[in-house]
Amino acid sequence: MNYNLKENHKLLTEFQYQPSKADKGYTNKSLYVNLSDNKIKEKEVTEMIKEKFIGGRGFGLWYLWNAVTPNTKWNDPENEIIISPGPVAGITQYPGSGKSLVVTLSPNTGTVVDSNVGGYFGPLLKFSGFDALEVQGKAENDVVVFIDGNKGIVTIEEAPEEAVDSHILAEQLTEIYSESEEDKKNISVVSAGTAAEHTTFGMLNFSFYDVRRKAVRLKQAGRGGIGTVLRDKKIKAVVVRFKGVKGDSNNPADFEKIAKTGVKLHKEICRLDDSQNRMRHNGTTFLAGIMNDYNLLPTENFRFGSHPDGKLLTAKEWIKYFDYNGKADGCWYGCTLGCAKVVCDFELTSGPYQGQKVVVDGPEYETIAAVGSNLGIFDKEYILEVNFYCDTYGIDTISFGTTTAFLMECYQNGIINKETTGGLELTFGNKEVALKLLHQMAKGEGFGKIAGLGIRKQKELFVKEYAADAEFLNDIGMECKGLEYAEYVSKESLVQQGGFGLANKGPQHDEAWLIFMDQVNNQLPTFEDKAEALHYFPMFRTWLGLVGMCKLVWNDIVPESNKDNEEPAKITEHVQNYVDLYNAVTGNNIDINGMLDQSEGVYQFQRVFNLRMGYGTREYDQVPYRSMGPVTLAEYQSLQEQYDAQLKELLGVEPEGKSSEEKMKLLRQYREGQYHKITDAVYERRGWTRNGIPTLETLKKFGMDFPELVEQVEKHQ
Amino acid sequence: MIKVNGRDFPWEEGLTVTKLLEKKNYTFPSIVIKINDKTISEDQWEIMAIEDGDDVKAIHLITGG
Repeated sequence: MNYNLKENHKLLTEFQYQPSKADKGYTNKSLYVNLSDNKIKEKEVTEMIKEKFIGGRGFGLWYLWNAVTPNTKWNDPENEIIISPGPVAGITQYPGSGKSLVVTLSPNTGTVVDSNVGGYFGPLLKFSGFDALEVQGKAENDVVVFIDGNKGIVTIEEAPEEAVDSHILAEQLTEIYSESEEDKKNISVVSAGTAAEHTTFGMLNFSFYDVRRKAVRLKQAGRGGIGTVLRDKKIKAVVVRFKGVKGDSNNPADFEKIAKTGVKLHKEICRLDDSQNRMRHNGTTFLAGIMNDYNLLPTENFRFGSHPDGKLLTAKEWIKYFDYNGKADGCWYGCTLGCAKVVCDFELTSGPYQGQKVVVDGPEYETIAAVGSNLGIFDKEYILEVNFYCDTYGIDTISFGTTTAFLMECYQNGIINKETTGGLELTFGNKEVALKLLHQMAKGEGFGKIAGLGIRKQKELFVKEYAADAEFLNDIGMECKGLEYAEYVSKESLVQQGGFGLANKGPQHDEAWLIFMDQVNNQLPTFEDKAEALHYFPMFRTWLGLVGMCKLVWNDIVPESNKDNEEPAKITEHVQNYVDLYNAVTGNNIDINGMLDQSEGVYQFQRVFNLRMGYGTREYDQVPYRSMGPVTLAEYQSLQEQYDAQLKELLGVEPEGKSSEEKMKLLRQYREGQYHKITDAVYERRGWTRNGIPTLETLKKFGMDFPELVEQVEKHQ
Repeated sequence: MIKVNGRDFPWEEGLTVTKLLEKKNYTFPSIVIKINDKTISEDQWEIMAIEDGDDVKAIHLITGG
């Protein structure tokens, strides 16, 4: 059957090239594909680009900056999707070394967004001769872009017959473009799905072929609607084939150093993982129980942080479903932490694939919380089903969950009703309706079309169409900058409120996740401490996305010696590992401060990029009050003793004799004031004005004083 | 009264590190315990008594979701 699929491809263009070998982590070429005029070309990656932008997210930001204007919208042809793996990506000696970063203008936020992802595509792209792929323009009909890194051929092919949903499409294309069963591991497919066509929060799947299970597996670049951009460009998939990955394919400067650093971590994982987070067994599901225990698990649209049924979602409940045979389940070669869990032969109970037995990748913690507890649903098989359908339909589980949670709270407050939802009873806990809504999104039908708009547009719509109270919707709608919140209750951690609100792309936890350091450990007592943490951690974590490394091997395994470190939260030994790897691959010689400087340059660039697109000032860093404190009486009363004590201790107010409403108002005034203070402190630490704009001195300090950036910030000084 | 991570917490007779962790529902697997700045190894948690007025640090080694 698949042979016929290929026969029906129509070749639009073919580009031949001489694949460049990687040298010290870089091939020094990027690939540019334009779908509007079917032009393909190679570009030089200059020393300037490498020095200032390093790779990964940095390369994506630089190429996108040069592709768009301040007036470009996400669905304009000049918007690009850029995929770049970074210089360290593709080594096989150190766990977590196969990451790609994807950058585009986001349908959710209107400005630049980045999302990181595992799977084989990034490393295979590099070994095919390219440090980055830029795709611009729009095709007339559905196309596949195919890169054959061995033959040195790139094609754009109309592909009318293949499926759109990823679990089928990735299998079809893996079979079409591989030369044998043995060759399937050399294929990686980037695709979205049918729901990406009808929602603003479509995501990308990056495939890898699981040789042991003879199955195509999918990892996700979830945030910011990149899958929506992919389908808007009429791209069914981007496929890479490269045979010949070796341990030294990056041609590193110091292979011995990489091998030695890798062996040290492999031994550490083998020695300690079973007594720490058990990532090899649990994946990230271990967080669900922990978050529930510490009152941090979003429950019913972030109203609460815990639920008695949270115990049904703990890791020991999930491992019963996992197909785990004691060998590492990594999403790139050499990852002994192996957190990529899988459920095999899962029988679907709904939707177009009802009754079929499928492979489900995950679930990750974020998915469990987003589509489960945050909707008041604690049914594992429902979560697996939603996980599968979100993946194959190409939508982000976080945005789907957070959006549906918002809709459920709107429904329970009478803002929307059975009539406006077309009969869907969107009450917390209603799993059948959550699934129906998801299937509607895939078809672009019914209330699914409104659900697919995301929270920011829904708020505008509900105010306009249903005379909803805008202030209430702004309080409970968990989005910032247009991006839906990731799944952590931040009410009791001012630093985490800033970690979400002051992040460049919106409230995703991959910049700064500091709840335990702040709320539980109480290690950040002063505003100076808090601002320092909200400087160091975003800069460090941004760097991982420049070089192509995974965050999980930084702190989901912790060396014994770390407990004696003066700053245990930083896990400095592992940070030094990353620096050593970067130096060993590239031949550079930076230290941890040099690493942070590299990162900060790119971070400042991204902030100015936001400014250029009409955002990037203080007003866009404001967060919904639900992320700061109790919006409703029920929330206040659920932690009344704690809140009353805070009124006494922090405000010097005697709670006795005051109504709950009065106490809530006082608490709100205090917490909103605190958020402004942390905003000021962080801006100062990052070298920004009180309006959140990098100063000229800051740009100069990090070598980002390009005339076009200076022009942007001068307008606002 | 004792301090746990800088905050007041009621003391009771027979309080050990293990009992304190249970009371606080501190279930995270990687925690460093210090009592009055002295690190207490995990094999001592069951028997190590916490005295009234002690300053206890329970540092969770987690900084990333």
